[in-house]
Amino acid sequence: MKKTKQLFAGLILMALGLGTVQAEYTLNLMKGATKVSHDIYDLHMLILWICVFIGIGVFGTMFYSIYHHRKSRGHKAAQFHENTTVEIIWTIIPTLILIGMAIPATKAMMELDDVQESEMSIKVTGHQWKWEYEYLDNGIHFFSSLDEASNKARQVGSGIDPFTVDNYLLDVDKPLVIPTKKKIRFVFTAKDVIHSWWVPDLGWKKDANPGFINESWTSVDQPGTYRGQCTELCGKDHAFMPIVVIAMNEPEYNAWVEKQKSALAAEAGSASKQWVKEELIAKGKSVYETNCSSCHMADGAGLAGTFPAIKASKVVTGDINAQVKLMLDGKGMMPAFGKMLSPVDFAAVVTYTRNGLGNSVGDSIQPSAIQTLQSATPGAGK
Amino acid sequence: MSAVVAEHDDHHDHGPAKGLLRWVITTNHKDIGTLYLLFALAMFFVGGSMAMVIRAELFEPGMQFVNPQFFNSMTTMHALVMVFGAVMPAFVGLANWMIPMMIGAPDMALPRMNNMSFWLLVAGVLLLASTLFMEGGAPASGWTLYPPLVLQTGKALPFAIFSVHLLGISSILSGINIIATIFNMRAPGMTLMKMPMFVWTWLITAFLLIAIMPVFAGAVTMLLTDKFFHTSFFDAAGGGDPVLYQHIFWFFGHPEVYVMILPTFGVASTIIPVFARKPLFGYSSMVYATAAIAFLSFIVWAHHMFTVGMPIAGELYFMYATMLIAIPTGVKVFNWTATMWKGSMTFETPMLFSIAFVVLFTMGGFTGLMMAVAPADFQYHDTYFIVAHFHYTLVPASVFILMAAGYFWLPKWTGHMYDERIGQLHFWLSVVSVNVLFFPQHFLGLAGMPRRIPDYAVQFADWNMISSIGGFVFGASQLLFLYIVIDTIKGGTGEKVTAEVWEDAAKHSLEWTLPSPPPYHTFTTPPTVIPTEHI
Amino acid sequence: MSTSNEYYIPHKATWPVLGTSGLLMMLAGFANYLNGSSGGAAWMGLGLTVVIIMMAGWFTLQATESESGMYSAQVGISYRMGMMWFIFSEIIFFAVFFGALWYTRNLSVPWLGGEGAKAATKELLWPTFEAVWPTNGPGKVGGDFEPMGTWGLPFLNTLILLTSGVACTWAHHGLLSKNREQLIKGLMATVGLGLLFVCFQAIEYHEAYTDMGLTLGSGIYGSTFFMLTGFHGFHVCVGAIILSVVLFRSWKGHFKPENHFAFEAAAWYWHFVDVVWLGLFVFVYVI
Ligand code: HEA
Ligand code: HEA
Ligand code: HEC
Ligand code: CUA
Ligand SMILES: [Cu+2]
Repeated sequence: MKKTKQLFAGLILMALGLGTVQAEYTLNLMKGATKVSHDIYDLHMLILWICVFIGIGVFGTMFYSIYHHRKSRGHKAAQFHENTTVEIIWTIIPTLILIGMAIPATKAMMELDDVQESEMSIKVTGHQWKWEYEYLDNGIHFFSSLDEASNKARQVGSGIDPFTVDNYLLDVDKPLVIPTKKKIRFVFTAKDVIHSWWVPDLGWKKDANPGFINESWTSVDQPGTYRGQCTELCGKDHAFMPIVVIAMNEPEYNAWVEKQKSALAAEAGSASKQWVKEELIAKGKSVYETNCSSCHMADGAGLAGTFPAIKASKVVTGDINAQVKLMLDGKGMMPAFGKMLSPVDFAAVVTYTRNGLGNSVGDSIQPSAIQTLQSATPGAGK
Repeated sequence: MSAVVAEHDDHHDHGPAKGLLRWVITTNHKDIGTLYLLFALAMFFVGGSMAMVIRAELFEPGMQFVNPQFFNSMTTMHALVMVFGAVMPAFVGLANWMIPMMIGAPDMALPRMNNMSFWLLVAGVLLLASTLFMEGGAPASGWTLYPPLVLQTGKALPFAIFSVHLLGISSILSGINIIATIFNMRAPGMTLMKMPMFVWTWLITAFLLIAIMPVFAGAVTMLLTDKFFHTSFFDAAGGGDPVLYQHIFWFFGHPEVYVMILPTFGVASTIIPVFARKPLFGYSSMVYATAAIAFLSFIVWAHHMFTVGMPIAGELYFMYATMLIAIPTGVKVFNWTATMWKGSMTFETPMLFSIAFVVLFTMGGFTGLMMAVAPADFQYHDTYFIVAHFHYTLVPASVFILMAAGYFWLPKWTGHMYDERIGQLHFWLSVVSVNVLFFPQHFLGLAGMPRRIPDYAVQFADWNMISSIGGFVFGASQLLFLYIVIDTIKGGTGEKVTAEVWEDAAKHSLEWTLPSPPPYHTFTTPPTVIPTEHI
Repeated sequence: MSTSNEYYIPHKATWPVLGTSGLLMMLAGFANYLNGSSGGAAWMGLGLTVVIIMMAGWFTLQATESESGMYSAQVGISYRMGMMWFIFSEIIFFAVFFGALWYTRNLSVPWLGGEGAKAATKELLWPTFEAVWPTNGPGKVGGDFEPMGTWGLPFLNTLILLTSGVACTWAHHGLLSKNREQLIKGLMATVGLGLLFVCFQAIEYHEAYTDMGLTLGSGIYGSTFFMLTGFHGFHVCVGAIILSVVLFRSWKGHFKPENHFAFEAAAWYWHFVDVVWLGLFVFVYVI
């Protein structure tokens, strides 16, 4: 009932043409969390109001005329059809208005373009369909994909009500963490197709083009969690590669950095340990679900014509080293996982595909073996 | 000379060939116009059904009906079918029917080629439609077909590319034909500045077509060679750039949207004076404004690419240039308003649609202007705000004007009057539902909903549901239009319409001097009196 | 009832539908062929045959109608406009490829080499790439290659095409001055030189592929080089075919000094192909 009322109110506002300025209904652009986003918000309001006023003028005149100058009220048609003076006026006035809009726009543009004097850099790489973050100053490096709860709920016919999932489609497994009050430079690129990185609170989006680097910057004032999405159509799961940025105060951020570093070290340790097959299979299942099921489907059946089935695949039931090699280097649309998965995850998913999803080859591979292969592969080509 | 022409001895007073074959081999501009219009109407329903799939999936958050890949195919095909199958052909159909009658010509200048234009269109759309049934699905990369994504298309890719080639040739041939007709076939005394506005806008549109369709053809040819012949146009590893494609595409794409709006302006400028019973205000400035818009359309393309990482000088230039378009477009809007001012207006269905067009197009124009401001577009780009913008310029603008044109000229074409009551009902249902459909999309976009997504975060649920409901009502209302078209062709209200149909229409343009329906061949001898109401 | 300024309007047209179905078959066949389906090539061949039949049939029809005097001067103007704007659309098509050459050469390749605001592109993605033209890009796509020289065959070909343009104009003078022998000789020279051009280009391509490692797959240089010169070469062939038809008709006694649209159209087309070559020579070979 409340919802209906809200909708009704929204509709009325809309009818009044005031809709876009009522922030409570999230009808308007968000103000955002940075100076740039505030500037852009102001710019947006300026042009919006200019348009509203011109609209009222033009439509007002028109409706006055529609009401009064109609045949049914006996109005006789005038026959004028030219007036150079008014035509000049209504050419010049819009020109002036446009100049008035262009000046603040140019200022905002210049400010956004300036990536000089940044205090740290983060490299963002778009993949089908996850984001890779690399802190260029301290070596922290991880992938960030849609969180499991959303991923389960968003499957066709999952039966899970999206309203019951927290931050449905706007949550990730590993968010990007940044310090507040620092000028952070972002460099964007992509591995496969074009993606675009957008967090509305930061005030901009930037395309991630394969083979090129784009730059932008931000400086967030308040700690907080800011959410966004990929905004360039990048294939099947374009809707499912969200972005979460957590801004932290300097001390908290530093603590986070330390934690990441020790986690990296621990992971390196676990790669050299000897794993049992069942452990690998169990771990591999979740790795598969986050990394592979978007293409090869949760049951490994693939998608006819685009993505081959894992179930009974010649590669998976064949030589294990050939499968590892294919997954390390990628092939066509199949991404090169050599640099994307940790040795443990890699070994786990290989083992899982060969012993689950309807396959039962029986063999397994150790993370340490993968680690050797990974350091031998020079990294994915193109 | 007559001896030779005698081979076609039925030259003058013969009618159309008998049977279905008539429509296949016809060279008559009215027949071909009819073919185009009916084909376009059919495609409007096909493209509309795809939009209904989109709106159904977006009715609620969560994935209900289709898988994401198919959803993207629907978005892509919806746009391609609407643009290349419905709106453009509908205007070509109007051009075929009306231009010869408006300038007092016996037919189009190149009648055989005219036939070929139509069938190439059908062939192109057939190729495109066939991709729906292919392994890997129809193209799913958006109608912009950006690489590298589009290169991941399955078997459909070469078919889609060749379909673009065919559609391109078809449009180029139509463009050439229209230019030759207007320059070469005008009745004596019909100077350029006496031509009806519809003819003017089509003349300029025809130039646009010839100048941009080869550009699109070039772009997709490069896609083809990149995919199948190892070239590197759009691959950085080989020294190319995926963004190069975007530049080429939008060099085509921006003028392309004006191809869909300039004839719209022409029809509006034809209808409004008739029902305001007043000459069009500022005829010559309308002509210059149209030319100015067409010229500007070639130098603003990268406003679709503000976020791709252009050098700042480029961003600023494209921002300024784009903003300039508001000036000549404003002139048009003001002139229509001035045409209504102190008129003696009546509000038959064509006029209602035209007034709605002026208002709603202007709203679409305003949001266009907002997006032209580059820093603000960093927020708007690729969200539903854009979707709202261009549907306002396409649906309640181009499509509404096509409806208006249908109501306006159907009595002339068929000799029967449509049912005004149903027409009005169709109008009111459409104008309300189209706003329920597209207005909330502004809010969605501003609140952060990206476009081209089959599923969305729950805070977008309410407006999406409203939008979908608007969409279903709007879609269903169009069945009324279909009914009216069929009904009118079959006899309509039974009321016999006069040659003029609308009060004093003959003061405005030549077609109203002909009987309704006009004979198969008209103006085999040029008219002697040219209406000059607007000068 | 007909007067000489009557506008001729044909009442039926069967060639367009036939031609369209031919084109459809050809393209659908080609698409299937590219997808690796069997039968694609056969459909392509069939479609091409239909298209050729259509062309022959349609042009014959036009020629007979024209020779029997059914076309008034006004009809002639329509044809001329049609041809002019068709050539205009072709110019735009070439312009796209020239544009791609310009863009990659002056923008994207330097960016990949770190120029302008894209210093990070080189630094982070392609650290060893030096932007010099010609290039096959930072990925060295297609392997080592040798760029095409300028002053050998290409220059000779420039002279050949220019001469053929002159020959074409000479033939036109022959037509205007009712000197049929000059007309036929001129046309023969034009077509002959055109064919010579194509032969030399074939030799050039052969050398590129076998000796120089330069292929369509040699990165952006190979792509722009072969696509531009290839499309041009294709247009030379088409032009030569059109001119051969005109030659055949001249030999049969068609055309009058005051009415010879087909000749004019062919000549315009030929000059257009000529001018495109000059552009190519400058932008692809010389600079
Ligand atoms: C018929 C179709 C049509 C028309 C007419 C227009 C008209 C305009 N469009 Fe639109 N546009 C599209 C169809 C159209 N557009 C489509 C399909 C897309 C999306 C493509 C895709 O990505 O898939 C698009 C996208 C698009 C973008 C890219 C957004 C993005 O992707 O980030 C931009 C940016 O500048 C833009 C701008 C404009 C402008 C400035 C106009 C101007 O012509 C509008 C001018 C009119 C007015 C301004 C109103 C009347 C004027 C007055 C009353 C005078 C006084 C006014 C002032 C001084 C304010 N359009
Ligand atoms: C001229 C062009 C044109 C027209 C007329 C339309 C008309 C409509 N469009 Fe579309 N649209 C585009 C051009 C057009 N569109 C373009 C270029 C895009 C961008 C594509 C891209 O991103 O690549 C797009 C994208 C687009 C989207 C965004 C998709 C996405 O981003 O994923 C949506 C979503 O709502 C949409 C909806 C609609 C609707 C509801 C209509 C309605 O107006 C349609 C109404 C018509 C009918 C419904 C048919 C008639 C009725 C029946 C068949 C009867 C049965 C129906 C019922 C009983 C309900 N369109
Ligand atoms: C972006 C989509 C995508 C993702 C994600 C993906 N793959 Fe693939 N995969 C493909 C495609 C496409 C192929 C076919 C490659 C080819 O043969 O051209 C493929 C092929 C394979 C093959 C060979 C199958 C055969 O029979 O040819 C295996 C094994 C495989 N993938 C395993 C995986 C595993 C394990 C993961 C996750 C860690 C994964 N893939 C993730 C797209 C993907
Ligand atoms: Cu990544 Cu959309
Ligand atoms: Cu545009």
